[in-house]
Amino acid sequence: ARPGSVLHPPGPVLHPPGPVLHPPGQALLCTPPTRPGPALYSTHQARPCSVLHPPGQALLCTPPTRPDLVLHLYSTHQARPCTPPALPSQDIRNTVGNIPMEWYQDYPHIGYNLDGKKIFKPIRNKDELDEFLDKMENPDYWRTVHDKTTASDIRLSDEQVDLVHRLQKGQFGDVNFNEYEPSVDFFTNEVMIHPVTNRPQDKRSFIPSLIEKEKVSKLVHAIKMGWIKPRKPKETTPQYYDLWAKEDPNAILGRHKMHVPAPKMRLPGHEESYNPPPEYLLTEEERMAWEQQDAEDRKLPFLPQKHSCLRAVPAFSRFIHERFERCLDLYLCPRQRKMRVNVNPEDLIPKLPKPKDLQPFPTTMSLVYIGHSSLVRSISASPTGQWLVSGSDDCTVRFWEVNTGRCMKTLEVGGAVKSVAWNPNPAVCLVAVCFESTVLLLNPGLGDRLVVSSTDQLITSYEPPEEDKEQAVTWALSEGPEHDNGHRLTLTHPKAVKQVVWHGKGDYLASVMPDNSSNLQVLIHQVSKRRTQNPFRKNKGLVQCVSFHPLRPYFFVATQRYVRVYNLIKQELTKKLMTNCKWISSMAIHPGGDNLICGSYDCRLAWFDLDLSTKPYKMLRHHKKALRGVAYHKHYPLFASGADDGSVIICHGMVYNDLLQNPLIVPVKVLKGHQITHDLGVLDVTFHPTQPWVFSSGADATIRLFT
Amino acid sequence: MGGLQKKKYERGSATNYITRNKARKKLQLSLADFRRLCILKGIYPHEPKHKKKVNKGSTAPRTFYLLKDIRFLLHEPIVRKFREYKVFVRKLRKAYGKAEWTAVERLRDNKPGYKLDHIIKERYPTFIDALRDIDDALSMCFLFSTFARTGKCHVQTITLCRRLTVEWMNYVVTSRSLRKVFISIKGIYYQAEVLGQLITWLVPYQFAHDHPTDVDYRVMATFTEMYTTLFGFINFRLYQTLNLVYPPKLNSKAESELKAEHEEDYAMDSESYMEKLSALSASLARVVATAEEEENQLDQFPADGEDLENMEAREKEQKEQEAQNRLFEGLKFFLNREVPRESLAFILRCFGAEVSWDKSLCIGGTYDVTDETITHQIVDRPDIDKQYINRYYIQPQWVFDSVNAKMRLPVEDYFLGVTLPPHLSPFKLKLMALQRGEKHVQEEEDDDDDEEEDNDEVDDEDLTEEKNLKKMKDQRSQGKTLAVKVTPGKVKPWETGSVVNKVRLEKEEKAEEKRLAIMMMKKKEKYLYDKIMFGKKRTTREVSTLHSTPHAQIKQPATQAQKI
Repeated sequence: ARPGSVLHPPGPVLHPPGPVLHPPGQALLCTPPTRPGPALYSTHQARPCSVLHPPGQALLCTPPTRPDLVLHLYSTHQARPCTPPALPSQDIRNTVGNIPMEWYQDYPHIGYNLDGKKIFKPIRNKDELDEFLDKMENPDYWRTVHDKTTASDIRLSDEQVDLVHRLQKGQFGDVNFNEYEPSVDFFTNEVMIHPVTNRPQDKRSFIPSLIEKEKVSKLVHAIKMGWIKPRKPKETTPQYYDLWAKEDPNAILGRHKMHVPAPKMRLPGHEESYNPPPEYLLTEEERMAWEQQDAEDRKLPFLPQKHSCLRAVPAFSRFIHERFERCLDLYLCPRQRKMRVNVNPEDLIPKLPKPKDLQPFPTTMSLVYIGHSSLVRSISASPTGQWLVSGSDDCTVRFWEVNTGRCMKTLEVGGAVKSVAWNPNPAVCLVAVCFESTVLLLNPGLGDRLVVSSTDQLITSYEPPEEDKEQAVTWALSEGPEHDNGHRLTLTHPKAVKQVVWHGKGDYLASVMPDNSSNLQVLIHQVSKRRTQNPFRKNKGLVQCVSFHPLRPYFFVATQRYVRVYNLIKQELTKKLMTNCKWISSMAIHPGGDNLICGSYDCRLAWFDLDLSTKPYKMLRHHKKALRGVAYHKHYPLFASGADDGSVIICHGMVYNDLLQNPLIVPVKVLKGHQITHDLGVLDVTFHPTQPWVFSSGADATIRLFT
Repeated sequence: MGGLQKKKYERGSATNYITRNKARKKLQLSLADFRRLCILKGIYPHEPKHKKKVNKGSTAPRTFYLLKDIRFLLHEPIVRKFREYKVFVRKLRKAYGKAEWTAVERLRDNKPGYKLDHIIKERYPTFIDALRDIDDALSMCFLFSTFARTGKCHVQTITLCRRLTVEWMNYVVTSRSLRKVFISIKGIYYQAEVLGQLITWLVPYQFAHDHPTDVDYRVMATFTEMYTTLFGFINFRLYQTLNLVYPPKLNSKAESELKAEHEEDYAMDSESYMEKLSALSASLARVVATAEEEENQLDQFPADGEDLENMEAREKEQKEQEAQNRLFEGLKFFLNREVPRESLAFILRCFGAEVSWDKSLCIGGTYDVTDETITHQIVDRPDIDKQYINRYYIQPQWVFDSVNAKMRLPVEDYFLGVTLPPHLSPFKLKLMALQRGEKHVQEEEDDDDDEEEDNDEVDDEDLTEEKNLKKMKDQRSQGKTLAVKVTPGKVKPWETGSVVNKVRLEKEEKAEEKRLAIMMMKKKEKYLYDKIMFGKKRTTREVSTLHSTPHAQIKQPATQAQKI
């Protein structure tokens, strides 16, 4: 064991924690015990030292095992003998020194006594119950301390308890110690006749100091150079004075133009009152909604509250926050001058002629043609206006009498009918029907018998040419029961056909086979000669629909985004119209031939004035959903558009002969009636050839007539 | 021929703006210093008109400062002071480290400081400009003056704020310029009209603040530094306009009255003087001793036609104003200890009342509860033991409501223990008028349902608009059901129907016309129109929800006034 450790007494008992543990006491304890004599004597020579070491403490700190040390200590305090502490009679001390006693926890003993014998642990440790019983029963429990080093309990004597009390109070351990003894000067303050030393004065005490001179000269130099400045005089201007005594209203800052003054704080409304009217208080649901909202989304930044009296109003917890946010707004928030539009909304609405003045146009639904069982893709009216043909996904073509709504004929065909077209020539009674990859020419046998028979004659009068040319389409004449049904000619195409369209004269027929990969997309057939030709050599994109010019030899081809106008005689491209649409769905040509409308799947209808520009003259966004069909009226200045939102919108589209006057477009009626089935509404619209009536076919398997 | 190709983003708006970081680099300041400078100089970011152009084609969210603003900051002398201060701190730290106490003392003596006077002058070239911008300064100073003297900011700042706010309140009392007051759940709003400017400020309730942790007090302190400077100069000028001594001094007469018996024990002289000032119960000393300010009459000018009308209106307004200023004149109030003394004393004194309170509550009370001449005692407890018969015991809301109504309201509604009428915001009178109109229309619509069309149209456009909207909605719903209802060959209703049907059909037609016209609107105009209509619809909806709340009964000060 280290020698120092021997000096340590059972620490916790004698040195209670706190200010009692004086550093001088420690100093004494740390004195090496090997040379106790001189060190102790030297520390105790001076008086202050004896004051610092309360003798009681010193005594207690002395290990009883070193009698010589005790003796020395007694000797220092000879003048004031103090009562020797009562040491426990059998003072068996552990010699292991100041080590953590946990080191011995695995052993039966906890160290060695002075004779080198093992000190054994008690056989049984006290558990908490023992402790408790002891506490209850032992009257001396309060003065019993556990000594870790010997693993035994020590009962403190009365003197020791007194001592502990005194030390706890911060008093000296010794009762008789007087801490306020009169001081004795170390040197006397009286002037003696004999000096203490008789040494002559140094020379340096009466010649000027060089070091000081150097320092002063440095300072002088610094002052000369202006490095050290004299103290600034205190400011004498008052803190506040009349700052605007000479105010100059014309002093405009350089940036004045761009200055945006901060908006003032919003003034509080009734809901902020401490006692608001009851309608401003939130209901339970509103309160819940308010609490669940994000702080930014809340319309009111606080909950309106009602207090019965002013006394009951608490402090607003977010007051500092709000002030801080205002500060942040003032210096961090980008400012911008916004012009408040002070405009009457009525003035924004364009002044258009009244729809009443633009009559006639269809206003009410008058007939519903019921019979189809699936969506009706296409309809077409006969040139006389007496009949209507419709093709549906239920693989039938139906012929209707327009005025009565009666289904005159139903023809089964071999597939869902994509498109039907009635020959516009009134002298011919032919209907083109397309399904799958077949185009069928039907003679419905309706109307004037003369016309019907002349049509049949026209078809049978065909004489095949001498040299057979290879054609893209096979023409076949129908016979037998099919002939009785009305089938006349069957044109078998190489690919699925989407649309058929007649030329105005009624001899030519165009069919569309949309295909992105080949140039064989559009075919033009001549019925009288049973000839077919492919007008295009190149593929210019997926063809959506085609149309013939009503008067001149022009051919319109609509691809996804553009409409190309070809001159059929010169065989060249004359115009390319940019529709600004994503995907064209339908197209119609004005009977005058100079205007064109395009419906698109992105809800737009583009009106082109071909004389004006290749860009749309007007873009109409009337429909909410994709447009499926558009149509012009033959005589009246009307056009219609049908869309997936189930409505047909009739617009007045007047085209003037004067080239300088732009067409006038006025929406006149929104016709509703079709039910929306599978997100599809109106699929096709067409006008009656003579009356201001419009037919629409829809996904709800009906055809409707609006008059 | 063409010359060099123009590069993008080298002219125009891209060069007029600068991002924050670039600005900071240009000024060579740390972020904290830059922030301080921006606050003091009133520099704020601008939102460019074409953000993408300014952002050089990128759409990243950035804040932009005007380049001119930043250039303007370059010449600011305060920037140098910031740097000097930084150097000072460094030197001081070094001196401390080396334990050179003389150096520390010398450095302390020469501590660099800065003044904001020139900045205030620059930001507000005229006094009115400054006065217009004082709202925030007032609210901030009132907040800071309620802070505890420990912790969040310098004690000097707090005392300065307190001093300035007391000066301001004294000014408002002397000039009688308070107009509106409002007790909200946040605090008490005051609105005063000073030299023709409406100034609103908010004073928190007198409670200890529970200081939030997510607030940067440095920012607030910088703002307060600027605001106290501005506020002090404004106070000085305002006191000058009223011929008052600045810093304020109590009237010598009042001072002797306020002398408490044991004043020596109470506090230090300067402190007790400050408290006497803040008690607001005495008038201030003037530079030129005049009895009371003489009423300045409006001079009569020869005028005709419109001018005459204007002048009459002005005269009337002035008279009303004077009447309001004398609202509580001749009344003697006593404040019980549970009412907020400062705010009530302030308001009552602003309108010419005499006011006092318990001696133990605050210094400056001029008379006791036992004074027989007291007319009103303001009490905020359900009941009071000893009541004098010759005075009214009222709740504090009476004072606030009376001020807002510009007349002494009947006291019956505000007696002790009475359920108080709702306290309404005086700042939202316009809204109140709208609500009244709205109610009228609703009744009319009810009539509509009874098929009794009375044709007196409401002038208000909003209201007719709302009606139209409702009509349109009805129609739309009719349109939806059309498919079911309409059968071919139906007789036109106006041919057989009654007059009512005819009128209705006409209206429907008009609405349809409008709808079709709306379809033809240009995109831009449509957007604007939709926005306007949305706003209108929202207001009408809000108003109608307020009306539809079950216990809606609006009691307005105006109606109460009629009762008198």
